[in-house]
Amino acid sequence: MVAMPLPDKTALARRREIAAALRQFVPGEGVIEAPVEMRAYETDGLTAYRQMPLVVVLPETTAQVSAVLKYCHEQNIKVVPRGAGTSLSGGALPLADGVLLGLGKFNRILDIDYANRCVVTQPGVTNLAITQAVQHKGFYYAPDPSSQIACTIGGNVAENSGGVHCLKYGLTANNVLGIEMVLITGEVIRLGGKHLDSEAYDLLGVMTGSEGLLGVVTEVTVRILQKPETARAVLIGFPSNEDAGKCVADVISAGIIPGGMEMMDRPAIHAAEEFVHAGYPLEAEALLIIELDGCAAEIDHLIERVVTIAEANRSNSCRVSQSEDERLVFWAGRKAAFPAVGRISPDYLCMDGTIPRRRLPEVLQGMEDLSRHYGLRVANVFHAGDGNLHPLILFDANDPDELERAEKFGADILRLCVKVGGVLTGEHGVGIEKRDLMPEMFSEADLNQQQRLKCAFDAKGLLNPGKVFPVLHRCAELGRMVVRGGKLPHADLPRF
Amino acid sequence: MTSLKPATEAELVDMVQDALAQRTPLDVTGTGTKKGIGRPMQTAATLDLSGFSEIALYEPEELVITAGAGARLDDVRKLLDDKGQEFAFEPPDLSRLLGAPHSGTLGGMLACNLCGPRRLKAGAARDHILGVAGVSGRGEAFKAGGRVVKNVTGYDLPKLMASSYGTLAALTTVTFKALPKAESEETLVLEGLSDEDAVAAMSLAMQSSCEVSGAAHLPSALADGTAKTFLRLEGVPPSIAYRRDKLAKLLTASGSHLLATDASRAQWVALRDVHPLAAPDGRCVWRLSVAPMEGAKLVAALKPHIDMRWFYDWAGGLVWLAVPPENGASADAIRAALPSGHATLIRADESLRGQVPVFQPQAPALAALARRVKASFDPVGIFNPGRMQQESA
Repeated sequence: MVAMPLPDKTALARRREIAAALRQFVPGEGVIEAPVEMRAYETDGLTAYRQMPLVVVLPETTAQVSAVLKYCHEQNIKVVPRGAGTSLSGGALPLADGVLLGLGKFNRILDIDYANRCVVTQPGVTNLAITQAVQHKGFYYAPDPSSQIACTIGGNVAENSGGVHCLKYGLTANNVLGIEMVLITGEVIRLGGKHLDSEAYDLLGVMTGSEGLLGVVTEVTVRILQKPETARAVLIGFPSNEDAGKCVADVISAGIIPGGMEMMDRPAIHAAEEFVHAGYPLEAEALLIIELDGCAAEIDHLIERVVTIAEANRSNSCRVSQSEDERLVFWAGRKAAFPAVGRISPDYLCMDGTIPRRRLPEVLQGMEDLSRHYGLRVANVFHAGDGNLHPLILFDANDPDELERAEKFGADILRLCVKVGGVLTGEHGVGIEKRDLMPEMFSEADLNQQQRLKCAFDAKGLLNPGKVFPVLHRCAELGRMVVRGGKLPHADLPRF
Repeated sequence: MTSLKPATEAELVDMVQDALAQRTPLDVTGTGTKKGIGRPMQTAATLDLSGFSEIALYEPEELVITAGAGARLDDVRKLLDDKGQEFAFEPPDLSRLLGAPHSGTLGGMLACNLCGPRRLKAGAARDHILGVAGVSGRGEAFKAGGRVVKNVTGYDLPKLMASSYGTLAALTTVTFKALPKAESEETLVLEGLSDEDAVAAMSLAMQSSCEVSGAAHLPSALADGTAKTFLRLEGVPPSIAYRRDKLAKLLTASGSHLLATDASRAQWVALRDVHPLAAPDGRCVWRLSVAPMEGAKLVAALKPHIDMRWFYDWAGGLVWLAVPPENGASADAIRAALPSGHATLIRADESLRGQVPVFQPQAPALAALARRVKASFDPVGIFNPGRMQQESA
């Protein structure tokens, strides 16, 4: 288990006083300190970790968020921001000595602007609710993480969430036009807006995926797209992972960017088929779902080419969806892959590395070897188009040894991803889960530069500490300059 | 002025460390083609990064290219084109507008966050940068990001390099996403629309499912006497044919015609590279980024007061504006009329760029944050001091 920083005893002793102070800014039920009521906030989507917060505060306005943060900044109290708490990496895990700042009451869509093709919303609105608010006009919000029914757009910004369609339509970062945010000092800052291009430093880009460590997002402007006229999916079985991987590369080399391109390995195919009976080919070692979207003329044209490419790569089964219902059935198995695996094992850990696609066969082979070594099963679902792997490690949490082995197995998989030129996390975030693996990918100098950026936003390190960075340095220490030859220019020198 | 031209990262670290020790501010540059963008600087030496020009890796089937920050954009474009790929964000070649000999380097493309007409569909350089390596203003080598599309490991420092104009780091290596070029394209040209009607038509087109990948409007003064509204469709031929018919039914104009693939490509290159306003006629050129529906309103508000020429891209969200240099290139009037977004002075002579804020002035809290971000990479202000903001003394 990843260890969290030791709580500050002074803050723990001040709980009543802090709660009373917060009530001045957020009236009534907006401040929660009864343990039984705070229980709902003790964990997020990474349920192996649990921690009760010091106190929970649920502001409703930007002014309240600003007042809360300003107070915490002045009083040196840590703050953990939280959306719906669906993070799979522990990003919203509370701190014993920290205020949990929930954005759940920011639940209104503020402006739907079809002419400018954007929606201005509060951060507590769910991802799916944005699409639901505009779909009667044929529009949708493109990024679609699997948790889209529950996860909030504010959380999506914090994690730079993806989904199955991001190869063609981009991640959250590519679909957010602007935000309003509050710094830990209480200062309110607007970045971007309804215009496409933001000038000067791309702080919007840095905020996206910053895991709640830089600021608290209080408003989001997203772009919306007209839904493609139609979509069809092809379900293709292959005798080996290599063949499926080669097919993916060939589709892309042919200049085709599908709306979605998902791969599942044999254990995942079987688990999903037993759960939803989607008609997946059980004899296949690997399954591809390739979805093409656009106008009918385009889809017909491209499907023919995809089928030809699949046949050239030894596909042993191939079905093209003939109706919208059938397309949804093809997807049902993939979308239910996690719960399906949950049925065949008491617990599972969902990993999230990304690799250069062509290294897939060796990474899958490496995982098989690790599976034997740790004596734990693994099933794989894979956003094949963009190389994002989701190995699901099956284990039983009631056996502490199995949890420990599962965590070690997961860490080894991520090390393997980095070794072949990939990264630790594609869309779930570092949080606490991958925090201690950061040195596998980054040198000390790399991590220090990232933390210096953190210092520019939050010099006291009060926002979501203990997440993302394995070693917490004080900003003063990080700011120190050592220049060769003992000639030390001081950081406080006047500028040229 | 001294010119430092490192050949390796180790040399670059040494040079920056030396400059730090001697307090020598550096003009961080690739090939200098966009030197005219930004405030004038007082630097003692040029840090020339054009030596980092190697293509380290190009894997078309992985949609990724890693190159030295000094690699020439023109060369890389050819390399990608040979494999049927491109930078989907259509980086412009601003050489005609800026009077430069060529389109510059990949590092410059990122540092200026270039993007073209497809911005409304595919984003800008910031949406396609995957990883960077370089040396900070502290004289320390660092890297960030990676070479895969989906990556949320650590802060997105590569995006922060976009639009940083060399003020944060001297980059050695950049990794970008490459994407397949469309097989063919076609442009529907509507004739004779007023600015307001053109913006309305472009909005309608963008709200349809026709997947319009370029929407620009040239008023009559820049289009041989008849205003032209351009709507680009890209993809496979059967798809284009279907969408073209659908689009034509959706929109009405007094006249219209089609540009087939070659003519369409040439037209969009001209729009992308700002040819309609590129003549070296002594005019200053502004680039205004606003909500698409605001573009024509902004022009209507300014037109009675300024002798100006203009055209629209991004369905009205980008306004290119050429004005006489008098009255500070009308900076105050333009910024006062701006309903949202920002106005950037892209072309003006050096003395004017010293008097008028080139970049949109920021609210105090944001400006202070930007200064702290700068200091987090470059605490003593050794890289391109004053290029983006006036340095506080």
